[in-house]
Amino acid sequence: MTAALSGSEIAAKLKKKFAEGIVEVSQNSLVVKSEFLLAIASFLKTTPRLNLNYLVHITAVDYHDYFELVYQLMSLKHNHSLLIKTRCYDRDAPSVPSVVSLWRGADFQEREIFDLMGIRFDGHPNMKRIFLWEGFEGHPLRKDFQ
Amino acid sequence: MEVAKGYIYSDTELDRYEGEVIEALKERSREPIPDPDKWLDEELGQNILLTTVDTILNWARRSSLWPVISFPACCAFEFLGAASPRFDISRFGMEIIRASPRQADLMITAGTLTWKMAPQIRRLYDQMAEPKWVIAMGACGISGGIFKGSYSVVPGYNRIVPVDVYVPGCPPRPETLLYGIEMLRKKINKRSIITGGKQ
Repeated sequence: MTAALSGSEIAAKLKKKFAEGIVEVSQNSLVVKSEFLLAIASFLKTTPRLNLNYLVHITAVDYHDYFELVYQLMSLKHNHSLLIKTRCYDRDAPSVPSVVSLWRGADFQEREIFDLMGIRFDGHPNMKRIFLWEGFEGHPLRKDFQ
Repeated sequence: MEVAKGYIYSDTELDRYEGEVIEALKERSREPIPDPDKWLDEELGQNILLTTVDTILNWARRSSLWPVISFPACCAFEFLGAASPRFDISRFGMEIIRASPRQADLMITAGTLTWKMAPQIRRLYDQMAEPKWVIAMGACGISGGIFKGSYSVVPGYNRIVPVDVYVPGCPPRPETLLYGIEMLRKKINKRSIITGGKQ
């Protein structure tokens, strides 16, 4: 069984380098500022003791006031996993940094989130719709769609 | 006896002529009338059927309905159930499910159709050779079913292709589909070449 890493324990490790990047810490997750997302994700992936080298999934949640992106990371070596989140407050042109450069598996999932939620991923190599067709108006999984 | 036309003759002459005709018929009746089909050999004579073009065409068409593979979602499993030995659509000459629409004349729309998939379904339909028929199978095929209000689902195949028979159910059981196929066979049977296939 994969062990879930505690958000607060990881936050304690991140405190030294990314003190101002951490927004909220709880037992099972860790909310980071989107400007620090790429740096923190890179740290989580490359630090040997964490080695979160596998992106299980990305998903997005619409909380009306903001969008929250949820990344589930996993280490195939140490068999543990971690949930990190980031928030995006701009409803008209939301954007977060892309993690495709770290995990190639993020490619289609980020396109799906862009398609259905309308969140742009900066640095994504091919940021366009994946399920719906070109010319579709709006992003149907937003709470205020139609 | 020669009777010239327009000659006014006596009653006795008429009677005599009538008598001669009757005698001649009686003479001939001693021999049995020869069989007009005698020139046919025995085996061939038993194998000729006379029918109309409509009947033979409709019989051929309804007895060899070949479905095209176009099963976008879960109703496909009920169709596969209908195709496999328990329900066995090969009874109707339908077991050859064609991967090429050019060899098919029936489209069974088993499943939910999304707008993204709609052009492909229309293309399959366009590539099928005339005459062709469509059975809208299941609630999604008829109206979009539970996904009717969705942003991505076509609310009924009849928005994309003309539908002949609607088979309700979610999904319809194979018996229901067989009943729908039976309805379609009855519909095909009413076609006529005189009206150009219209009923």
